[in-house]
Amino acid sequence: MALSIEDIKKVAHLARIEVSESDAAATLTKLTGILSLIEQMQAVDTTGIEPMSHSQDLSQRLRDDVVTKANLREEFQKNAPALGNGSAEPAVAGGLYLVPKVIE
Amino acid sequence: MEWEVVIGLETHTQLKTNTKIFSGASIKYGAEPNTQACEVSIALPGVLPVLNKEAVQCAIKFGLAINAHIAPRSVFARKNYFYPDLPKGYQISQFELPVVGKGAVTMQVPAVGKNAAYEKVVNITRAHLEEDAGKSVHGAVEGMSGIDLNRAGTPLLEIVTEPDMRSAAEAVAYAKKLHELVQWIGICDGNMQEGSFRCDVNVSVRPKGTEKLGTRREIKNLNSFKFMTQAIEYETRWQIETLEDGGTIQQATVLFNPDTGETKAMRSKEEANDYRYFPDPDLLPLVISEADKDAVRAKMPELPEAMKARFEAQYALSSYDANALTTSRDLANYFVATVDAGADAKQAANWIMGALTAKLNETGIDISKSNISSLALASLLKRLQDGTLANNGAKVAFEEMWTSLSASAISTVTITASLSFIDEIIAAKGLKQESDSGAIEAIIDEVLAANAAMVEEFKAGKEKAFNALVGQAMKASKGKANPAQVNDILKKKLS
Amino acid sequence: MINSSLKQLGEMLQAKKISSVELTQTFLDRIQQYNPSINAYISLDETKTLAQAKAADARIAAGNVAPLTGIPIAQKDIFCAKGWQTTCGSKMLANFIAPYDAHIITQFDAAGAVNLGKTNMDEFAMGSSNETSYFGGVKNPWSFDRVPGGSSGGSAAAVAARLCAAATGTDTGGSIRQPASLCGFTGLKPTYGAVSRFGMIAFASSLDQAGPMAKSAEDCALMMNVMAGFDERDSTSLNREKEDYTRDLAKPLQGLKVGLPKEYFSEGLDADVGKVIEAAIAEYKKLGAEIIDISLPNTGLSIPVYYVLAPAEASSNLSRYDGVRYGHRAAEYTDLMDMYNKSRAEGFGAEVKRRILIGTYVLSAGYYDAYYLKAQQIRRLIAQDFVEAFKKCDVIMGPAAPSTAFKAGEKVDDPVAMYLQDIYTISTNLAGLPGMSIPAGFAQSDDGVSLPVGLQIIGNYFDEARMLNVAHQYQQVTDWHTRMPAGLE
Repeated sequence: MALSIEDIKKVAHLARIEVSESDAAATLTKLTGILSLIEQMQAVDTTGIEPMSHSQDLSQRLRDDVVTKANLREEFQKNAPALGNGSAEPAVAGGLYLVPKVIE
Repeated sequence: MEWEVVIGLETHTQLKTNTKIFSGASIKYGAEPNTQACEVSIALPGVLPVLNKEAVQCAIKFGLAINAHIAPRSVFARKNYFYPDLPKGYQISQFELPVVGKGAVTMQVPAVGKNAAYEKVVNITRAHLEEDAGKSVHGAVEGMSGIDLNRAGTPLLEIVTEPDMRSAAEAVAYAKKLHELVQWIGICDGNMQEGSFRCDVNVSVRPKGTEKLGTRREIKNLNSFKFMTQAIEYETRWQIETLEDGGTIQQATVLFNPDTGETKAMRSKEEANDYRYFPDPDLLPLVISEADKDAVRAKMPELPEAMKARFEAQYALSSYDANALTTSRDLANYFVATVDAGADAKQAANWIMGALTAKLNETGIDISKSNISSLALASLLKRLQDGTLANNGAKVAFEEMWTSLSASAISTVTITASLSFIDEIIAAKGLKQESDSGAIEAIIDEVLAANAAMVEEFKAGKEKAFNALVGQAMKASKGKANPAQVNDILKKKLS
Repeated sequence: MINSSLKQLGEMLQAKKISSVELTQTFLDRIQQYNPSINAYISLDETKTLAQAKAADARIAAGNVAPLTGIPIAQKDIFCAKGWQTTCGSKMLANFIAPYDAHIITQFDAAGAVNLGKTNMDEFAMGSSNETSYFGGVKNPWSFDRVPGGSSGGSAAAVAARLCAAATGTDTGGSIRQPASLCGFTGLKPTYGAVSRFGMIAFASSLDQAGPMAKSAEDCALMMNVMAGFDERDSTSLNREKEDYTRDLAKPLQGLKVGLPKEYFSEGLDADVGKVIEAAIAEYKKLGAEIIDISLPNTGLSIPVYYVLAPAEASSNLSRYDGVRYGHRAAEYTDLMDMYNKSRAEGFGAEVKRRILIGTYVLSAGYYDAYYLKAQQIRRLIAQDFVEAFKKCDVIMGPAAPSTAFKAGEKVDDPVAMYLQDIYTISTNLAGLPGMSIPAGFAQSDDGVSLPVGLQIIGNYFDEARMLNVAHQYQQVTDWHTRMPAGLE
């Protein structure tokens, strides 16, 4: 499964990471190396083997339906990033986090 | 060509819990922005999800209610995509192994035009637990969107049907039935305005008689049954017209605009979605044992289907009546309370579905808060049954009770108190039915004297004239005469 | 004092021979002196640190002491600590002040330990040399032109250079054990689930595990007593009874069955490192251990499996860094998509981006079965290798890393070569088993520098107390763990 520049661009887009043309070429070389390492897996016959997601065969613990969280909005929003595009103000207003307009 | 529409629904049911599905933050509606967005809700670095027990119980309840397979082991998966209202960049949902498997919902599709009402079974493919996203708020700051994460992490049960429905009427009947059911079993408040029950409707069309499904378009986020009807009807017409004009249908997500009554494809996303589902490593498999199911089963209310069958058997109600009375638990409870207080079942059914429902609809009052309690209605019906009230008088008494009673006042009183209350109304308004045969005979004599022509017609064989005479007699008594006695006496006089 | 064990420091504090403030100040002074050249710490906050030391002294005065009360501990900058800058080695979080405490921070606070500062690390714990840190590489205290290993490189250098009494680390594929080997101290990665991950910034959730990094096995045991234990906020936290990890330290090793996997002594292992390991094994024989040859046949597959699973989980775990609620947001952007793309391109370093891209790729439509599912299946084979092995032995031993510390810049442009650093450590993460590295001697580098070598001890699930016992007994008859780099006295 050879990687192409198009694959890199598609994956970078899915991951929301801007990749320039030159970066894409360099990334392609490195990722191709990593993928060839990964390809070693294909030699193994895994028919009928149960996939392992967790090291312990345990089941999910359930939490009682009780409110335990207080309002910490002001505390949390101290970490809001600067708005950007010329504004150093935090990207919050009226308790809302501000982002560029979301269009549906 | 004759076309057939094929419809499937995906319903996001907000579960009636106190807290979010994976954190202890409140899910109360209407709080100030982000005041119910804890560190898990806003996805701070290092936070982890822990599953809410009540959300799981809700899922089990639903599974039991639709006779579904409840998975002994189900898995939470991450659905990865970027959106500002999705703080982790993934939604925790269930993908390959949902908690609830195949089940079915049976409902009545009401009569439309010349088509009679009929029963329909809609198969449920699956129902899975997942978390809701936050909300984008527009207009707070020019050119920006505001993100409120209070809703992020609210527990949802997404209920998915097979493409079993063949008309907007069927789809809406299913949605209504589901809406009733989730409230009946107490897992959802059913508040559509607040988004507690939201439907996505998949619509496709195909030439009638063919098997292959057409390309579907998904109408997103319908939050009223009226809009659902309009949207499906519009979408169906649009698809048929498009195909008849030689066009093709592209798979798409569409939104319904209530102002124009039209559906329109959302600005097409530039790539096909690739959600990269994989099992969430922060959560372990959800294991549900037989004992867990039994514990929930023990707390389940009698289900509408069972109650309907019981009403038919126990109270000799028609299937139609029994069905209507079991559309909500409050309604069914009201009926049972009315009958338990001594009312005749059939009469109670008629009055509850007739006068009472009309009044409740007119005033927008919920039956659980009705001005006329089940005891008050029962006392009214007792007086109707024992002949104290005629039908007309009962209607007047009902109106009088509605305006003079408040739910709180009557709900506390006994049947005895209710009876004395109705008797006061009857006395005050002079509603008592005239059952003195002497007095009725006198009225009839006057009527016969005044309507000699009608008497002649009757004697000449016109049956209708008899009814007209009864009407005249009732009118003369101002509706108070006992109709059965009027009938009897009139028959004797004319024979 | 800087070479004293945690137990000794505790005794001195309780006997009021020193105060926590004095002890803390000693380390702060050393940090001021050496950190500019070593770069072990990302953030320091003397005011907060000394306030904790004062509080510890008050606690001691009141007689309310726990074993670590008053002892200054360095915290890897992967743990959220309320009011502390918590960066995870990334530009993305360079300005992030954690508004809450990680579980282990709460545990250390409750024990009265002092938070000395936040240590440098590979960005989001992705790296084996500490060179991916946004805050610059860390020097190996034994040889400043060499790397300390990674990702817990700052904690490693801080322990080795005696810039703390002990430190915390995290280990996803070897990030405690490989730096412990390269910097010559004792590091333990516990059984997955033994230490809560709550508040520990996620890299690969099913593999990440926090553990102690300290001068000796005994110190690690005391640290584990604070760090380990059930936490209801982590669904993968193991609900087990609290245990005393020091309980078996003194047990003799007579009859101990030590398994030597042949795959850990084959090609790829530096010959001089191999000799040190063999000498250590010989020492264990003297202590009464029985040596058994075993095989972990799927060891070679652990790297490919890891480089599917860890990036896949990471690609999803790191999606929350989108510049919306906290973290880096691009200064200029045109729309939402542009804001995402730029914020993440600028906020993440090259290795993190590579792993996000690989992880996104292996999960994307059409590849899931061939990569992710396959890797999970082979993960089970790897775990089963250990199940079989532990039928024959009590602990497994081998090298922790294939070589001694390498030079900075040597592997930074060759990710695959860098990944091979973790060949002996990754499989225990995949299986969820505990593993540790203890100083076992020194090997000469090509340019004549004497560099530490770590012996890895792998135990069965929940067998940390036995592993610590095995390590401690060795440390009773050897002094490798007491050596410290020259020029830092």
